[in-house]
Amino acid sequence: MKIDSSLPLEYSTEENRLKIFGFWIFLGAEIMLFATLFTVYFTLHTRTGSGPNGAEIFELTPVLWETFLLLASSFTIGLGVHAMRLGNKKAMMTFFIITLLLGLGFLGIEIDEFVTYVHEGATIQTSAFLSALMTLLGTHGAHVTFGFFWGVAILIQVAKRGLNPQTANKAFIFSLYWHFLDVVWIFIFSFVYLKGLIS
Amino acid sequence: MKKKLSLMFIAFGALAILTGCEPLTVFDTKGPNAKTLSDTIILSIITMAFILLVVYVLLVVMLTKYRASKTPADYEPPHEEGSHVLEIIWTVIPIIIVAFLAVVTVKTTSTVESQPEGYDNKEPLVIYASSSNWKWHFSYPEQGIETVNYVNMPIDRPIEFKLYSFGPITSFWIPQLAGQKYAMSDMLTTIHLAADDIGSFMGRNSNFSGRGFAEMEFEAQTMTQEDFDKWAADVKANEKPLTEEKFDELLKAEHVGRSSYSSTHLEFRPAPMEHSEHMKMGDMDHSDMDMSEDEMDHSKMNHEDHSQEKSEETHSH
Amino acid sequence: MSMEEIFHPLKEPMIMGAAISIIVGAVVIAVGLTYFKKWGYFYKNWLSTVDHKKIGIMYIATALLMLFRGGIDALLMRAQTAVPDNGLLDAQHYNEIFTTHGIIMILFMAMPFVIGLMNIVIPLQIGARDVAFPRLNAVSFWLFAAGCGLLNLSFIIGGSPDTGWTAYFPLAGTEFSPTVGNNYYSLALQLSGIGTLLTGVNFITTIIKMRAPGMTLMKMPMFSWSILITNVIIVFAFPVLTVALALMMLDRQFGTQFFAMQNGGMDMLWANLFWVWGHPEVYIVILPAFGIFSEIIATFARKNLYGYKSMVMSMVVISLLSFLVWAHHFYTMGHGVMVNSFFSITTMAIAVPTGVKIFNWLLTMRHGKIQFTTPMLYALGFIPIFTIGGVTGVMLAMSSADYQYHNTMFLVAHFHYVLIPGTVFGVLAGYHYWWPKMFGFRLNEKLGKAGFWFIAISFNVAFFPLFILGLDGYARRMYTYSESTGYGPLSMVSFIGAIGLAVGFALIVYNIYYSWKHMPRNEKADVWDGRTLEWATHSPVPEYNFAVVPTISRLDEFWFAKKEGRDITAGKIEKIHMPNNTGAPFWMSGFFFLAAFFAVFSLWTPAIISMLFVFGFMIHRSFEDDHGRYISVEEVMATEKSLRGDK
Repeated sequence: MKIDSSLPLEYSTEENRLKIFGFWIFLGAEIMLFATLFTVYFTLHTRTGSGPNGAEIFELTPVLWETFLLLASSFTIGLGVHAMRLGNKKAMMTFFIITLLLGLGFLGIEIDEFVTYVHEGATIQTSAFLSALMTLLGTHGAHVTFGFFWGVAILIQVAKRGLNPQTANKAFIFSLYWHFLDVVWIFIFSFVYLKGLIS
Repeated sequence: MKKKLSLMFIAFGALAILTGCEPLTVFDTKGPNAKTLSDTIILSIITMAFILLVVYVLLVVMLTKYRASKTPADYEPPHEEGSHVLEIIWTVIPIIIVAFLAVVTVKTTSTVESQPEGYDNKEPLVIYASSSNWKWHFSYPEQGIETVNYVNMPIDRPIEFKLYSFGPITSFWIPQLAGQKYAMSDMLTTIHLAADDIGSFMGRNSNFSGRGFAEMEFEAQTMTQEDFDKWAADVKANEKPLTEEKFDELLKAEHVGRSSYSSTHLEFRPAPMEHSEHMKMGDMDHSDMDMSEDEMDHSKMNHEDHSQEKSEETHSH
Repeated sequence: MSMEEIFHPLKEPMIMGAAISIIVGAVVIAVGLTYFKKWGYFYKNWLSTVDHKKIGIMYIATALLMLFRGGIDALLMRAQTAVPDNGLLDAQHYNEIFTTHGIIMILFMAMPFVIGLMNIVIPLQIGARDVAFPRLNAVSFWLFAAGCGLLNLSFIIGGSPDTGWTAYFPLAGTEFSPTVGNNYYSLALQLSGIGTLLTGVNFITTIIKMRAPGMTLMKMPMFSWSILITNVIIVFAFPVLTVALALMMLDRQFGTQFFAMQNGGMDMLWANLFWVWGHPEVYIVILPAFGIFSEIIATFARKNLYGYKSMVMSMVVISLLSFLVWAHHFYTMGHGVMVNSFFSITTMAIAVPTGVKIFNWLLTMRHGKIQFTTPMLYALGFIPIFTIGGVTGVMLAMSSADYQYHNTMFLVAHFHYVLIPGTVFGVLAGYHYWWPKMFGFRLNEKLGKAGFWFIAISFNVAFFPLFILGLDGYARRMYTYSESTGYGPLSMVSFIGAIGLAVGFALIVYNIYYSWKHMPRNEKADVWDGRTLEWATHSPVPEYNFAVVPTISRLDEFWFAKKEGRDITAGKIEKIHMPNNTGAPFWMSGFFFLAAFFAVFSLWTPAIISMLFVFGFMIHRSFEDDHGRYISVEEVMATEKSLRGDK
């Protein structure tokens, strides 16, 4: 395996560069996936049937917390990648752990939010609006959940094998994924929650 | 190769002959809407035949002139990059053809989507046509009568069909009178037509809707205004009214024969509302992110409750 | 659900026959493998391979199998409608058959054929040793195979989908389709769709990042261009299908209201989502065919492709427009004049770049030296027949006229006139053209040509009458019609054409057997005197593709090097890095298949357990420390020597 030491570790081999490029393409597909879910949501968001509308069920405080946690986690994973580039394994792992914990916090609040909706009688079966809302949120949440386990797997590998081209590459790709989820959340926050609360 | 080409021409010739001798249903028009469409189709066939001819002549020339058996053994084909002049020609000419057809399309689409010309001063007869399972219900609010699986219409008066469905998407089609349109459960669609001749025409659902689809036909009968009025009065006087129970029974049935009633189901089961254009576009584009307030209200009303008061409110197209 | 309900399709004698033949076939293969002690070989060399060429061959083999499954559906349909009031099939059976015919021909025949050819050819044509992600490629194939198997299983267990390949709601909802047929639809398409999406990611990366040194994008062969664009469309279109199918599953199995008739659901949303994917999908199967024809016409006219740049441009324009035309599939939904006009114009606009391509192909032949080989016959047959499909497409694009064509046999004739001379001729041309590269011997030309003529002529006999029937008001998807309609005689003609098509396809398959028995082995590497890099390496291709990766300075470098007497594959041989084979993609997809199968019947516990196995494989993959292996210089030299020496 040829290693190009002039590049950061995660880019240092041909295979690594291919993986990063391929992952960007995959993120392109993910953008289309979420764009479709958003379109479905915007098509159906006024179709509440006999169920509640957004303004009736959305609560700003937990959503603000979710936003804060996810934004913070995007920041800490950035610090993690920075530490990785400096070759500081311990700092990198610490930041990644913080990131995953923030992600867990986000998931906790989101699950609580879903439970609240269901208690209020707003289930995924109630109306087209709620079906679309919960599918959009659920898909994002499932991505975060998947990301959590993925991140744990990477942390174990870094702990065991140290920072090498393979682990650095995985950690870097994971950071791209995590940032992407953050971007999706910003759209959800602005166009689903804020817009829903206003109207 | 040549054999195949000549086969094609024979086939096209056959089409021409067939259309000449015994007109195909779509060309055998009995009203202005279908006539517009038939003329459009014939115009497009002629245009397309011209394009086909160009391509076929070029192909035949290439294949006869440049086949290996016709060229010397030591012939080496030259390297050719392409020609800007030729490329511009075969880009611009198709653009002109497409532009021409686009103009025709826009014009004819708006023609068939509005009240037929020459009938402008006459109030259209509105008929609600709705589908359930594999049958059609026709409600005449003006006459206060309803029929199943047959529809009678006066000639020389514009007709407006309002379409909707109590189930799967169906497509209402009387090919000799007008082009088809979908009948759907949460949106009312409209077909404008008029009949010039008296006769009985095949009408059917053309959009697959399950097991009984093939048999989902109805008869469209045109008659003079007098005969029509007589028939309507007759139905009003002699048939039973359509009760809610009777209608529910009808909805559940798969196939039924013809029947007539002296009242319509619209009174207790109103039709869905018409659709604004924006909603449609907005479905897939992002344009409905900035959907105006009144449209949002509209669409909400539209779907909150199916049994709202029958509304004639429409957004003008 | 009772056992009787689950196996209810077996009551139908014809389905019983199909089921028995599938089971007998599987048993014969299993017994054969056991008898010849080939299980080990089969697993090591095929089931666990990550070699793009072998994966490609498996794709094509599946496609051919599915061509017959879909073809039998087609024959049954034409037989049922050959005479009025026919009782061969009942409505339910007919509905299942036209539904599976559509799904299978598009998703399990055309797609794998195209993807198979791109697997085999693309790395060779761009001078790469492999695809970017060989294991992911195996995952793609096995997910596709799992989806394909699942859909075919529906025929035997539980009943096939029966609402058309478009599965419009509310018809496809549980109210009107209570059987599991449409659960199969959503899950089988989902599995294979994910596989296809991963293929898209893989091949974009391969083509963008792994081209031979010196091969800039504008020096890349046209087939590679078409595949690059196709995969970009895949990456942007397939996620829409993923979402649509997920919503379908949620609606049918979890009681959501997306497409419902009450509680705010919107049936038209499904039609929109389906066609936002569905129309680009048409171009996913047609653009590679354009690429194949470009290669073949240039090779057998013995001239470079005319107007290379405009060929590339036109494909890019087509791919962009393909995302802007979906609503032309339902002009009759009542959008109003403005919307219909917009989609009419975008649709007709596609005719312009397509026309550019047709004229470029014609002009490629000018001043050429045309050889009528089997692949060339398909390419030449494509032009006149596809043009009919194209011009009728323009006719259908006119929204007003479409009110009379929509849902009729005219439409059916149109899209078969596009998909058969386009996609089917394209993949068959490519299959005959690249066969020697795959196996080292040619397909018999006489049989190949006979197959072509049978298919080309019968195709027109089978489908031209449908244009006329459509204009006579014959709606599609009707299982029967009455005699008074007058559709009988032309329908019979169409049936006769369908039989001819079947004979043609049978000839193609017989040709495999015949050529395997009789054609000379050890063909030279460059059988057709080709222009592109795949002809520079041996036939069949060694595992590592190229012992020395050639350097490129212009389009058709190989062709010019031949003329100048240069060997572009000469150079210093170094050790070659290759990935290890792995059975993981096969087993993982197997569990995916199980999960989807249980999900069809809403058996969530076993479905979730199966998914846990899938995640187990992913975790295992993540922790696996596999860096592939090296083929030593000596080994490469020995392989090269034996491949060269045999000639």
